Amino acid sequence: MLKIIAERIRQKKRTIAYPKAPPVLPDRFRGMPRVDASKCDKACDACVVACPTGALSKTDGLSLDLGKCLFCADCTKVCPSGALSFSQDHCLASRLRQGLVLSGQEFEKATAMGEEIKRILGRSLKLRQVCAGGCNACEADLNVLTTVVFDLGRFGIQFVASPRHADGLCLTGPVTKNMALALRKTYEAISSPKIVIAVGACAISGGPYIDHEETLNGVPSDIPVDLFVPGCPPHPITILDGLLRFLGKIHH
Amino acid sequence: MSPTAGLLLFRNCLAMDSQGIPCVGIETFRQCIIDSVKDGGRLCALFYVPEQVIGSPRIIGIVAQDEAGSLGVISAEPGMTFPALTPGCQQAHWFEREIHEQYGVVPEGHPWLKPIRFVNGSDTIGVTDFFKIEGSEVHEVAVGPVHAGIIEPGHFRFQCHGENVYHLEISLGYQHRGVEKAMLAFPEKRRLHYMETLAGDTTVGHATAYAHICEALAQGGFTPPRAMALRGIALELERLANHTGDLGALAGDVGFLPTASFCGRIRGDFLNMTALFCGNRFGRGMVVPGGTGYDADRERLEELLLRLGRAEKDVLGAVELLWETPSVMSRFENTGKLALQTCIDLGIVGPAARASGLHRDVRSDFPSDIYRFNHVPVSALESGDVFARAFIRRLEIQQSIKFIREQAQSLPGNGVKKEIGNPGKGLFVVAMVEGWRGEICHAAFTGSGGELSHYKIIDPSFHNWIGLSLAMRGQQISDFPLCNKSFNLSYCGHDL
Repeated sequence: MLKIIAERIRQKKRTIAYPKAPPVLPDRFRGMPRVDASKCDKACDACVVACPTGALSKTDGLSLDLGKCLFCADCTKVCPSGALSFSQDHCLASRLRQGLVLSGQEFEKATAMGEEIKRILGRSLKLRQVCAGGCNACEADLNVLTTVVFDLGRFGIQFVASPRHADGLCLTGPVTKNMALALRKTYEAISSPKIVIAVGACAISGGPYIDHEETLNGVPSDIPVDLFVPGCPPHPITILDGLLRFLGKIHH
Repeated sequence: MSPTAGLLLFRNCLAMDSQGIPCVGIETFRQCIIDSVKDGGRLCALFYVPEQVIGSPRIIGIVAQDEAGSLGVISAEPGMTFPALTPGCQQAHWFEREIHEQYGVVPEGHPWLKPIRFVNGSDTIGVTDFFKIEGSEVHEVAVGPVHAGIIEPGHFRFQCHGENVYHLEISLGYQHRGVEKAMLAFPEKRRLHYMETLAGDTTVGHATAYAHICEALAQGGFTPPRAMALRGIALELERLANHTGDLGALAGDVGFLPTASFCGRIRGDFLNMTALFCGNRFGRGMVVPGGTGYDADRERLEELLLRLGRAEKDVLGAVELLWETPSVMSRFENTGKLALQTCIDLGIVGPAARASGLHRDVRSDFPSDIYRFNHVPVSALESGDVFARAFIRRLEIQQSIKFIREQAQSLPGNGVKKEIGNPGKGLFVVAMVEGWRGEICHAAFTGSGGELSHYKIIDPSFHNWIGLSLAMRGQQISDFPLCNKSFNLSYCGHDL
């Protein structure tokens, strides 16, 4: 018993101060991509050719779809004019699918849920996570939110075992055909009002598995998504930031 | 007869002419594999290649003699039916089910021929003739595909008498994304990303195996030594993060919260060390064909060593509590025993095999890259229970830290990436890497134009899921989470 207490003291308090203090991220962290269309050579399509998931398009000026982006930076390596780069900004979540398409406009960070649903779920949000073809990276970084470092419980958010206990669904993976039925059953078992959060490139667009006949390219279109968290996988702080903005706990 | 008679011996990560693969009659093939496995061999891979790959449809077997460090290959033309190997060689059971499911070729006499992934439209996932025990007091417990945590999906069927489990059947396939097929069907630029997300917790392991395949097919000589060392560091960091996470989760499963809580955090510290190199916690972009995607300057290595030292103290201190707490030990010891002979018969790999007394580790048996120059001692225990599978991780944590420290203190040379040329024509190569779960095995063929014509992936989980089934026999159903975590196998790595 004394040893346990001594070890507890030695291991110290490790919970990060976020959102009160900015997160500590590695210097090579790839956050919000910056698209500078003014530098882009109109005749060049090297980035479009290099992108593994078709996140980049030049049909209507240079645009980048965060929902498809793997943050692999294959595009920046081939761009001759430096029109593409990755910043350290970890705030990537959006309420709208279209909001994830960057084409020069200001990125609109995730906004809070509506007042009525916030009154019901805002102080206690229970989520049922479903992995439907996810590679266990998004899942691992969701799990990590429940550790002492992020301590998700302090914000009133909890992952629960039963959909009957949940207020919403948190989905990862490109939605394999083999998981489609189980996903739908889980979604239907959650009582209304309910919210849906899509975490990672796979859940949003299919990610690396986009257009595979074995997958459905992410969340089926008839399941409405309330929050999109891009990344492959998103850093836990990106997921936490999205959740807190969604709950109206971060405004700026 | 020599244990390798009939097999063509070849080396890990070294390409050979695919026409050189011996092709024998199916009965000779069957007997050769059965005999060499009986003589201490292990079936690393057994797969089917369609006609266009090497001129005729073949079944290909790859047998490893771990102690001798030799790899052998043999093939045969099986036709649409062939006599199953499984009755004479249990290790073939899952491979033959896979071949049957993928190509419709029937291994006649297979005791349990049904889908492993449910990839054909005609099969409805989860609907199959599950093994059943009859009896008025026998009951069946079905779990999944959606489990009670943030976990990948899979289905488990328990045949129980009261709390006692007679048999557990594991039915997978929910994660099937069609990776092997897509390696050929989709543009090359996607391949590395498939490898990195094949099993996201083994990004470095699978990316390394793929890099070896590309490098071997290009036949362009060695990878820069500095890149080899950095890959080694990344692979061991991946092992550290996962082993630490598993020890924490095992503590959590027996309700011992201090270690669960500490390790949950320390696992993140190791992931963040990987991110120190490449910006991503799982090592995305770190390993690329030809070397590594990132270099590390002196400052970065100093930072790594500083963090490694802190994490070492933290993880060893956190884990030490487990062995000193009687309530933990009484749950760990004698739970989920896997006998040595069972491991040998089934070809179990990785920490699960080493926990049952098998000295089996690709890093020492078939070393490639940095492991040819720097040996990692193989840890092994004998009891084969949850305790052994936990303690083996503790031992490997120490070895990995030591290895990383040595590499980071004496990182060789300059340059971390070499442009590799185009793949050669008509080649065959096997790349094996000791991932944190065990042996990762990739095999590839190139066609007459040097294009990739076949890609086979075997995650360690492919061998080990049956080990979990057998470890559960005679256990209490409440021991399942603990046993499951002590193996911690990959669903997507199996389902591909």
